[in-house]
Amino acid sequence: MKRSSRVPFHAMQHLAGVAALALPLGLAAVAPTGALAADTLKIGVIAEAQAIAGASIPQAAQMAADEINAKGGIDGRKIEIVSYDNHSSSADSVRAFQRAVNEDKVNVVIASYISEVVLALEPWAARLKTPFVTPGAASNEISKSVHADYDKNKYTFHGYLTSAALALSVCDAAKELLVDQKHMKTAVIMSEDAAWTKPLDVGYEECLPKIGLKVVDHIRFSPDTTDFTPIFNKIEGSKPDVIITGISHVGVQPTVQWKNQQVPIPMFGISSQATNETFGKDTNDAAEGVLYQGVSGPNVAVTPKSVPFAENFKKRFGNYPSYAGYTSYDEVYYIADAVKRAGSVDADKMVEALEKTDWEGTIGRVQFYGKDDPFTHSIKYGKGLITGLMLQWQSGKQVAVWPKEVAKSELKFPSFIKVTAN
Amino acid sequence: MQALQILIDGFAISALYALGATGFTLIFGVSGVLNLSHGAIMVAAAVAAWAAASVLHLDTYSGALLGVAVALVVAFATYFAVVKPIQNSRRIPNEEKEIFVLTGTLLWGIMIQELIAYFFTNNAKTVLPIVEGVVDIFGVRTPRNEIFTAIVCCLVIGLLWILVNRTRTGKAVLAASMNPRGVTLLGLELTRIYVVVWAIYGILAGIAGVLLGMFLGVSSYSVGPLTASAFSIVVLGGLGSVSGSLIAAFVVGYLETVTAYLVSPAYRTIPALLLLVVVMYIRPQGLLGRR
Repeated sequence: MKRSSRVPFHAMQHLAGVAALALPLGLAAVAPTGALAADTLKIGVIAEAQAIAGASIPQAAQMAADEINAKGGIDGRKIEIVSYDNHSSSADSVRAFQRAVNEDKVNVVIASYISEVVLALEPWAARLKTPFVTPGAASNEISKSVHADYDKNKYTFHGYLTSAALALSVCDAAKELLVDQKHMKTAVIMSEDAAWTKPLDVGYEECLPKIGLKVVDHIRFSPDTTDFTPIFNKIEGSKPDVIITGISHVGVQPTVQWKNQQVPIPMFGISSQATNETFGKDTNDAAEGVLYQGVSGPNVAVTPKSVPFAENFKKRFGNYPSYAGYTSYDEVYYIADAVKRAGSVDADKMVEALEKTDWEGTIGRVQFYGKDDPFTHSIKYGKGLITGLMLQWQSGKQVAVWPKEVAKSELKFPSFIKVTAN
Repeated sequence: MQALQILIDGFAISALYALGATGFTLIFGVSGVLNLSHGAIMVAAAVAAWAAASVLHLDTYSGALLGVAVALVVAFATYFAVVKPIQNSRRIPNEEKEIFVLTGTLLWGIMIQELIAYFFTNNAKTVLPIVEGVVDIFGVRTPRNEIFTAIVCCLVIGLLWILVNRTRTGKAVLAASMNPRGVTLLGLELTRIYVVVWAIYGILAGIAGVLLGMFLGVSSYSVGPLTASAFSIVVLGGLGSVSGSLIAAFVVGYLETVTAYLVSPAYRTIPALLLLVVVMYIRPQGLLGRR
């Protein structure tokens, strides 16, 4: 079911003077044309199939669809998933979106964990009047645009926490784990330069001092960075107790270099790649001790659905899903639920039904903020809804350490880390 | 303190650049081929070494050896499947062969890149270091692996120097780079010399790739930047001049490191590229070019 679109010609951008040639190199397999559109719900899934965080998106969506179909579909209506690999490119995603709607006639689209991609797709959801949910992008701008021009942008739903909410979740966890338990006082924010980290950093700057962590430095770096030595060097120079991270496009390299250089400061925050179980292998277990925010995780019963999903996913695909796998799985379910309630796959009726979503998924209870909230169509953050978790890589496994209702272990660090103890 | 840090980090990265660029320039010097799949071959080596450890569960040494072996195989494939057919073709006019080789190797590189992304994802992979831990050098905490990288690079470059200047095969290679027709008149077969050079190249690129995988990590996205960096180092040093490339590698390595530490890691590559532009204006043949 995989369709490949044109490969972006990014490889040789530094090479002036060489003739630019682009070649579609897709390993294409054309999907069989299935049942009639009238009795199926066609969901287009556009994702970064080759990236750690994105790979789980189409897998989890397919799994949810198979489960629903096995139980007879939505009142007899089958779900068909059509996947597109966007090669982490906005241009490829827009082409995929157009193709999904115009040629493959999908009714709704689930797409991407990258904010830049989602922001590029949002106007297309409006133009093509196609409901669209993102399982993993975080930028505040996604739902702010829905609020600013509701009639036009109402087709977009933000199925993951906004950067503002992510910052809050990290601060809530840091208060208990780092300030109360470990008596930490200072932090350096280390984030990649991308659309989603701008509001995240604003959130960090605001909430960290409030919980008692003084921000002594703030480093933003290019997502192309390969050598993190100078960055860690600069961070160490300002002697913080903890590094608060905002990384998603990068992950393996800073983590491995952090370990190889034995940077004695723990890392805590958002690290999207660390949410996928494959991260342990990708870093040769350098991930040991890394703390990351998640919406769910292996062996964490956020809801009764979380653990069975994670286990079945692992059984089918060989690894536990990334954070965007959980959200993508839930999305197929609550889209199906909305279609069931609307009794139709008409776009406007689906939007109306999606707005009334109240679905207990794998990440908590999903409801969307309304038209009058500043983050219209973003999932609600808070107790009883979705709060997020803090997990840590311990002995090669992802272990929940916060909140205490689901915590399985205390904080544990490799020997090179100096934690300011009690 | 920071000066020492720059000195140490800069040396390791420069030595690695030097190793990567040496093979690249050697091939150009001997056979006039600009191999734009260079970055892809380095990445293939690093990914193979990673896969050996993570997928096949081999130990670090075997993994590193497998990485180098894969680079050797891919280098031969590049020569026999892409470069040689173009060079031997009767349908491509001689004056256009260079551009055909450029395009051919470029596309070959993109194919390797996409295959790696398809099978191993486009996320960064890192190779488990052969030596772990850190040592304190006058207050600078240096990973042992960084020192190991620098030593291996210097050793390999030293061995290459001995091979080229002190052995019969090496002398034939050197002669071929100076006067290919003269070599054939002496009864040496040029094709055999090319095979030797591609073998040397494959091993050098493989070692550089595996070491880079241990030092910083690589992903399929590294293919373009790695080719570009080898290309700029070689142009800066003078196309085909091995010693020029060595000097240029250290100039670029230190310029990048100084920029990363004193200005910002985000601007790391910019001064080196500006220098390249300046050199192109005032000394187009490069630092030690022969033209």
